[in-house]
Amino acid sequence: MEVPILKQSPHLITTIQAALTDADLIRLQDALVEQVGRYRSKGVIIDVTALDVMDSFATRTLRSIAHMIKLRGAETVICGIQPEVAFAMVQLGLTLEGISTALDLEEGLALLNQ
Amino acid sequence: MSKKDEKRSYGEVATVATEEPRSELLRQLVAHLRQNRTQLRQEWAHRITEAMLLTSMTQDEIFAEATSIYDNHVDALESGTFETLQAYARNLSERIIPRGVETDEVVGIVLLLRDVLARSLFAKYQQDFALLNRILDTYEPAANRVANSVAVSFVQERERTIMQQQEAMRELSIPVPQVRERLLILPIIGVIDPQRARQLTEQLLRGIRTNRAKVVVIDITGVAAMDSNVANHLVQTVGACRLLGAKVIVTGLSPVIAQTLVTIRVDLTKMNTAGDLQGRIEEAEKSLGYKVMPAEQ
Amino acid sequence: MEIETKVHIGSENDIIEARERGRTIGKIVGFHPVDQTIIATAISEIARNILFFANQGMMSFEVINEGNRRGILIVAQDAGPGIPDISMAMQDGYSTSRGLGLGLPGVRRLMDEFQVISISGKGTTVTMKKWVAEYD
Repeated sequence: MEVPILKQSPHLITTIQAALTDADLIRLQDALVEQVGRYRSKGVIIDVTALDVMDSFATRTLRSIAHMIKLRGAETVICGIQPEVAFAMVQLGLTLEGISTALDLEEGLALLNQ
Repeated sequence: MSKKDEKRSYGEVATVATEEPRSELLRQLVAHLRQNRTQLRQEWAHRITEAMLLTSMTQDEIFAEATSIYDNHVDALESGTFETLQAYARNLSERIIPRGVETDEVVGIVLLLRDVLARSLFAKYQQDFALLNRILDTYEPAANRVANSVAVSFVQERERTIMQQQEAMRELSIPVPQVRERLLILPIIGVIDPQRARQLTEQLLRGIRTNRAKVVVIDITGVAAMDSNVANHLVQTVGACRLLGAKVIVTGLSPVIAQTLVTIRVDLTKMNTAGDLQGRIEEAEKSLGYKVMPAEQ
Repeated sequence: MEIETKVHIGSENDIIEARERGRTIGKIVGFHPVDQTIIATAISEIARNILFFANQGMMSFEVINEGNRRGILIVAQDAGPGIPDISMAMQDGYSTSRGLGLGLPGVRRLMDEFQVISISGKGTTVTMKKWVAEYD
């Protein structure tokens, strides 16, 4: 499944659909890293509102995407984590330390534009 | 009761049967307690005061309750049914628990009554030692049951009261939304068990979303006890709030609790707390766009 | 109501299938939405372990009753290499050299009952249960 990446200068916005496979996530990572360089983006918002499960693999992939984007000089904000998903994540011992989080897309953009 | 004890008590019943029947002994016993009601009741109330029990009650109150318990006690001995006594004990407990009467006081007064009555039986029957023995055999089991039901009623009532209070506290600690715009305050009061920690976290996460909160202040001043489990729940709650994009500040951490947490190796940095509270508030102000001031009384 | 269903785990799509199946059963049993998510997360974690370490395996889901409790029983079985040191794998922070933590201690926290039996060279069986929480 292709994940669309929206350009909203100077940021990139991507919305992760439910039920992405691990291969999709890795494709998204490659595409984001490539486009941040190409458009000289300042920030990337990854909207995970549609995700109903975040396991350790998904969390680790998001973290590694954020780190790579940081290496390309841009900030990442993960937004839209659902309350019950957040609850399950912390019980599983998963955090997104070092990565900005926001309630939703609007908040994510506000955070990047601060 | 072991097999051996059972046999022995059957043996005793057999010897008693050759003397007067048990009901006759009971009748004598009850008659004695009724005849000497005024004096024994007074003696008991006096002993209660002397032993510094029920200090939160006045002399008159103690005497009135002592009278009721005394009469119920004799009735229970006579009828062999304890329901009325239990109901009275529950009612009494309901009245005296809010006044701070403790379990040991209730057990104490019941044991005093037993002592007062046993001494009076001893005084009356001391000429006939065999009869005294049989009277005491009749009295003791019943008196034990009385003591038992009063104490148990009290403890049950007390537990019920405590549970009600905990329930009230549970309700108290629902997040207070929007103290200021986009700021939530969650005072945690009482005991934190896993179920409650979960309820609190769920409420808080829902509150963050509904109010679009950016800053959450968790005040743990009222937390009854802190151990590694409670601390882990807090760390999880803080982590979950952060995943929703809200900053969390934990306040009300007493030095003793802070020390406990360090001793049990809880990573305080994961709780966003203590030392850098000022810095956190400044950070919060920056993200909220206004100044957070201490509330005036 | 008897519900029992199996999902073969052999691809990433199967992981998604398995957790959706678990969530659906959780909903039927009467789990709170938070618990449905917790169950789906645990399934995802375990299914991924199967795919990663054993290439394939089977997950079965069953509605269980015990007294007046209702719950879900999930059994994950594979014929992979097995976990060399379970007690170590059950410690928090344990992760393999490939950087994919087994996540077993985390999954144990998510579920009410959790058991791993692993025989080196023969495979691993993870059995886990969760009961519908009594709310006042």
